[in-house]
Amino acid sequence: MVLIRRFEEKAGQLYGLGLIGGFCHLYIGQEAVAVGIQSALTPGKDSVITGYRDHGHMLAYGIDPNVIMAELTGRGAGISHGKGGSMHMFSVEHKFYGGHGIVGAQVSLGAGLGFAHKYNDDGGVCVAYFGDGASNQGQVYESFNMAELWKLPIIFVIENNQYAMGTSVNRSSAEDQLYRRGESFRIPGIQVNGMDVLAVRGATEEALKWVQAGKGPILLEMKTYRYRGHSMSDPAKYRSREEVQEMRDKSDPIEGAKAYLLKAGVSEDEIKKMDQDIRKIVSEAADFAESSPEPDAAELYTDVLVEQY
Amino acid sequence: MGIEIKMPALSPTMEEGTLSKWLVKEGDEVKSGDILAEIETDKATMEFEAVDEGKIGKIMIAEGTDGVKVGTVIATMAGEDGAEEAPAKAAPVAEKPAANAEAEAPKKAESGTAKLATEAKALVSDPAIPEGTEYVKITVREALRDAMAEEMRSDDRVFVMGEEVAEYQGAYKVTQGLLAEFGPRRVIDTPITEYGFAGVGTGAAMGGLRPVIEFMTFNFAMQAIDHIINSAAKTNYMSGGQMRCPIVFRGPNGAASRVGAQHSQNYAPWYASVPGLIVIAPYDAADAKGLLKAAIRCADPVVFLENELLYGRTFDIPKIDDYVLPIGKARIVREGKDVTLVSYSIGVGLALEAAETLAGEGIDAEVIDLRTLRPLDTATVLESLKKTNRIVVVEEGWPTCSIASEIAAVVMEQCFDDLDAPVLRVTNEDVPLPYAANLEKAALIDASRVVVAAKKVCYR
Repeated sequence: MVLIRRFEEKAGQLYGLGLIGGFCHLYIGQEAVAVGIQSALTPGKDSVITGYRDHGHMLAYGIDPNVIMAELTGRGAGISHGKGGSMHMFSVEHKFYGGHGIVGAQVSLGAGLGFAHKYNDDGGVCVAYFGDGASNQGQVYESFNMAELWKLPIIFVIENNQYAMGTSVNRSSAEDQLYRRGESFRIPGIQVNGMDVLAVRGATEEALKWVQAGKGPILLEMKTYRYRGHSMSDPAKYRSREEVQEMRDKSDPIEGAKAYLLKAGVSEDEIKKMDQDIRKIVSEAADFAESSPEPDAAELYTDVLVEQY
Repeated sequence: MGIEIKMPALSPTMEEGTLSKWLVKEGDEVKSGDILAEIETDKATMEFEAVDEGKIGKIMIAEGTDGVKVGTVIATMAGEDGAEEAPAKAAPVAEKPAANAEAEAPKKAESGTAKLATEAKALVSDPAIPEGTEYVKITVREALRDAMAEEMRSDDRVFVMGEEVAEYQGAYKVTQGLLAEFGPRRVIDTPITEYGFAGVGTGAAMGGLRPVIEFMTFNFAMQAIDHIINSAAKTNYMSGGQMRCPIVFRGPNGAASRVGAQHSQNYAPWYASVPGLIVIAPYDAADAKGLLKAAIRCADPVVFLENELLYGRTFDIPKIDDYVLPIGKARIVREGKDVTLVSYSIGVGLALEAAETLAGEGIDAEVIDLRTLRPLDTATVLESLKKTNRIVVVEEGWPTCSIASEIAAVVMEQCFDDLDAPVLRVTNEDVPLPYAANLEKAALIDASRVVVAAKKVCYR
């Protein structure tokens, strides 16, 4: 979680310096969701797909920070060779299937990944993350219907950070208790404190049991909060500074995890050491991302198609 | 050890801004996340947060200053006392990008949206058909079904999904018999939910399967075009070649008969304009079979456009095991020397019919079936033009931004000197397709219009 926080802060800084362009959606505040869920999954077996706020998910899945940061700065060493950018990153090796810029698309695609797990009978489960904003997209419900109809092994995770860009859940959703959104498809839902990494992990373990038992999909609503704007260019005038500050002060997922660690007997010094190690990793990632060259001009024409015709 | 705080870029287009207000003063201790200042960009007033902990040193730019360029040092910050090690390590790094930012300014990536990727041209041709090969008569419908069945037999990853493809045996009976042979795991009826099942199919392809997604007609694929283009076509490129999407989207396309505007449209030019897609539109049964098999084996996403009016037409097809044709290769279906008629899908039949009429009037027309619309086999078209010096494009579809427009542009750019007459386009009328029989007839192309155009370019 600290790695994600420091990484995103650094990304914000590099954006400010003009080294990262376009859209850049930071995950600060929501760290416990990706980390809690990933910690319950089996790497190499379960698959993950998400939307455009994807840096944190990738880090949580153990993908090298260097190649993520280098993608953000549009360098040839980036995970997509600089051709994807912040919103379009993938690691098939880690069964991380993106990184999708069209709001809600990852839900149908995730149902397809779940379909492939079932078709191949490989025991894997797909986790499809989407936001409270995406939860109003039509294809989400088309996917809910098919996923339940065919009992696909998929966990739908709504990261409810309470604002779809600038529109609060209450202003956009007739049913604002999003864990109930699967009800008419007979998909059970659980509302989880997404600021508490252990609560997230516990709920994910329960969800996995349900899905792995062949009972079909399940929905987890993670109540969370993003501290920063929707993207780097969002002034976030739709909420008060006090609201954000209160969340930071009272519900910060990292402070919460730190309290758990101290209680479990981890010393302040050990935590400080971890923090320093992480700062070093992030600094190195930033260095790497700045010093790597831009993609070779010939990359422009590669990977349009796989085969030659 | 000081850290320079620079004027940040707070939107993709920001080059300078107004430092509206400082929310900290010199000597203040700040921690990560504290708001330092309010900055007015070209779009909005933004809050500027501290990334590092420390004490504000000197404020270099006073509040209220306009036109502060991105990258200008606006304040300095001293590292936090008492936690020397971490900031000491972090500080040089924080400084380094700052120092590099100006030196690297010319390196800032420039947008490249103005250019389109070109296609490499592979020199391939149809497999030679051995002397004495037996030909059998088969409908386009059966040819398509046989192609799917053969590929399903040889590759367990291949499955068919769509509305009414299983128990109903296909809305147009193209998938007849597949459920009985392959069972419900591999022949899957979907709800009426095009956007959703196009996404499910695309996701399954990303997950390693080989889906064949049937749209009852391509008119309904409009609901799903987002997945075809944004999810299927672009992913390989956006992932630097990591994530492939070997999927076939197939179904009838173009005008059927008296079904009105919403059910009668040729989408070939739409899909053929998208890099990352393969677009195939066969005319006869042999091409339908050989190209659908190739499409299913293809590692790239394929839009395979069929035609309802051709499903029941019977053609000769060589009796060869595993008849697979090359993608991206046009076929000369009739040789001639006076004028080239270029077409695809149902238009090929009309071009052949016109060629017969023209022969009776002493004009020897060559007919080219493009078969694949992306990548377009321009070499075959241009070769033919060198011989005939005249060209007419025949397309059952609208004229504007059409395949015909594309051919005309390519010919003009690459072989202007070979032309003895302007390129003519024979296309449908530029209106939504009407229902009334007489109006529908008036709107659609026919062989007689092709004859008129061919004579015109021959100055006859």
